[in-house]
Amino acid sequence: MKRIFQMAALALALFAPGLAQAQAPDRATTLRVVVHANLQILDPVWTTAFITNRHGYLIYDTLYGVNSRFEPQPQMAEGHEILEDGLLYRIRLRPGLRFHDGSPVRAQDAVASLRRWMARDPMGQRMGSVMASMETVDDRTFEIRLRQRWGLVLETLGKASGPPFIMPERIALTPPNTQITETIGSGPFIFVRDEWRPGNRVVYRRNPDYVPRSEPADYMAGGKRALMERIEWLYIPDQNTALAALNAGEIDYFEAPPLDFIATLERNRNVRIVNIDALGTQGIIRPNHLYPPFNDPRARRALAHLIRQEDYMRVVVGNPRLYERFCGAFFQCGSSNDTAVGSEPFQQPNVERARELLREAGYNGERIVVMQPTDRPQYNAATAVLIQSLRRAGVNVDVQAMDWSTLLSRRANRSPPDQGGYHLFITAHGGPDTAAPVSNTWFNTRCERANPGWACDIELDAMVAEWALERDPVARRPILERIHRRAWESLPYIPFGQYTQPIAVRSNVHGIVAAGMPVYWNIEKR
Amino acid sequence: MWSYVVRRILATIPVLCVVAVIVFLMLRLSPGDPAAIIAGDNATSDDIAMIRAELGLDRPLLQQFFLWLGQLLSGDLGNSIYLARPVLGLIMERVEPTLALSITTMAFAMLLAIPMGVLAAWRAGSWVDQTIMALSVLAFSVPVFLIGYGLVIGLSLSLEWLPVQGFVSLGEDPVGFVRHLVLPTIALGLVYSALLARITRATMLETLSEDFIRTARAKGLAEPRVLLLHALKNASVPIVTTIGTGLALLIGGVVVTESVFAIPGIGRLTIEAVLQRDYPVIQGVILVIAAVYVFVNLAIDLAYPLLDPRIRF
Repeated sequence: MKRIFQMAALALALFAPGLAQAQAPDRATTLRVVVHANLQILDPVWTTAFITNRHGYLIYDTLYGVNSRFEPQPQMAEGHEILEDGLLYRIRLRPGLRFHDGSPVRAQDAVASLRRWMARDPMGQRMGSVMASMETVDDRTFEIRLRQRWGLVLETLGKASGPPFIMPERIALTPPNTQITETIGSGPFIFVRDEWRPGNRVVYRRNPDYVPRSEPADYMAGGKRALMERIEWLYIPDQNTALAALNAGEIDYFEAPPLDFIATLERNRNVRIVNIDALGTQGIIRPNHLYPPFNDPRARRALAHLIRQEDYMRVVVGNPRLYERFCGAFFQCGSSNDTAVGSEPFQQPNVERARELLREAGYNGERIVVMQPTDRPQYNAATAVLIQSLRRAGVNVDVQAMDWSTLLSRRANRSPPDQGGYHLFITAHGGPDTAAPVSNTWFNTRCERANPGWACDIELDAMVAEWALERDPVARRPILERIHRRAWESLPYIPFGQYTQPIAVRSNVHGIVAAGMPVYWNIEKR
Repeated sequence: MWSYVVRRILATIPVLCVVAVIVFLMLRLSPGDPAAIIAGDNATSDDIAMIRAELGLDRPLLQQFFLWLGQLLSGDLGNSIYLARPVLGLIMERVEPTLALSITTMAFAMLLAIPMGVLAAWRAGSWVDQTIMALSVLAFSVPVFLIGYGLVIGLSLSLEWLPVQGFVSLGEDPVGFVRHLVLPTIALGLVYSALLARITRATMLETLSEDFIRTARAKGLAEPRVLLLHALKNASVPIVTTIGTGLALLIGGVVVTESVFAIPGIGRLTIEAVLQRDYPVIQGVILVIAAVYVFVNLAIDLAYPLLDPRIRF
């Protein structure tokens, strides 16, 4: 027996280094990434899932991209002219752009892609509502004609989350409610379908024909230089395994390490923690505006009076370096639309005032249904804090534990809370789209057309529309402050804090672009 | 024997039908909606409704069931809601890792457990027997994921001998295939070897007390010959049954090990499909696993006459 063990140990010692050498040639030009979710849907118009959005940025390109000051910059566009007092946008494409199948990128492709995207994207729909026509002028030029002046055309075309990715016209003509089956873009990387193993691995290779812009990469703008020959996305659902794989050097890039792993990772000299998101993520409590008591703004204000953001951040994030002690901005602290106007009464909890407001709103101890997603650690922890603070104010809380998938379908249910509906749930959002009134999807207060929870404040929506019409940033500011003051009275949702989700990489990985989300251009291994 | 085989195969049809109906109803009546997951975190109710209609999930339950049944009868397990790819193809992609892990686990368990069980029975009541039984209780009691993490820390992170995670196909790289299977095989195999060692010991104890063993010893046969050729062969029917059912259970139940070692097998496919309510995939996987279970059991039954000529069909 002893002899067998000796032989086994000898065999392991012999072929272990051999394999490491065998893998070496590929490793220098391959970036192995553990992604946060399993890529399953390849159509970025069909879903708002973050993983599909990131897949989109690898294989497609956009007409515009925002820079780190959140200003839209030409990307596929060479430039544009704004004519007829802001009613006509003439956009010209860069020369030499090609799709992965070798065909040239034409204005017709851009127009068809924009049309398909505008049918689904909320911001695209807003632009569509003020658009009179969109026509090609020649193979490289197209025009967007508006019925009325609208200040957000370029911001809409360059939005970071769910942007209009440009596809060949024949693919973009697919009805918006049908998934596309081809993955032909003009982006810096090419999707390798043969090596796609759903639930395990997604592979991209460098697009040798991609022509990056000459400007340095800046957020979603500038030159997207594909420096790695191959990007491998690995889906490792067990976070401990992903952490061990990073420590062992089997992976190079951990897209969303759990926040309680950060301190451990920081102690490893071979690993670097990088903050790629200057804005961060905003946690939100979403009341159901359809039913009492939260159909009354006084009850929503009562809820806001129960929140001490730091309590939430301590359990959700833990590490004080990764969160704000208090952020009173609906449109992200640190963004160009950062303001705390109207949040003053809510900076410290006031349980007595919350009780008063609940009474005034007619709350009399009825059951309040709170949905708790037990398989999402951060939301689960935040919901536990919410439940505790509600009980402290004497609220009769009915905690309904479920998995995230159930919560997603349940939250779309408009029935009364005692017939399959609900009163409260927690979620989070982030990125530049959260930082503007018109693109912040949870801020939409258009009643039936709003996100689940169906916030309803027509006056607030009119203010947002007024903000969107104004093109001058200075003139927008007072409108923004009015919006913000109104929002803290109306409370479409209650922010419970802002925090950062850093990435973790091996120390030989350089050139990471802080783009608010993981992007893979400019990265090299040295 | 062939009529027995045909009867057994025919008997699987009602079993699979009952499984199909139960799985279909349980899934549709449980909460959750794939359309909501597809639509994403920022989707509106209208987005979700549009996707439900596109997927046909807004049709009456009975209509959905008969559509699926019709597909099933023509040998089609349907398409994944998310990937729009045939379920059978997805299952086939995941078969190799799960089958490889199940076979190596069972081989490891047999190599470790059968000698241990025989030894424990042979030295029943001694410190050897007590040590082996104590170790088997320990292996059976420690959760697989804990053994897995322990092995990763020891053999991967500290000694850097073996990879932490992943799976390499045998056709792609035979050495990588073996290296990636060592840790999950040990982690999972320890549990099964504990079970198998106890079964082996119990059946061997029973066989060793029989008259023909006393006769063999009285004839002066060497002890290894008595143990291996006479006792173990006669004790093998329950052992083979445990190995067979263990293998079938492994094919359908290696979820934890596949998750800990990031092995893209059937277990992970199932758990991902459940979390996302990918109904056709869940239904397909359960049906395939049920069929495998039935056929493995049939194979075990057919093996009995080879081990014990007194058994006939």
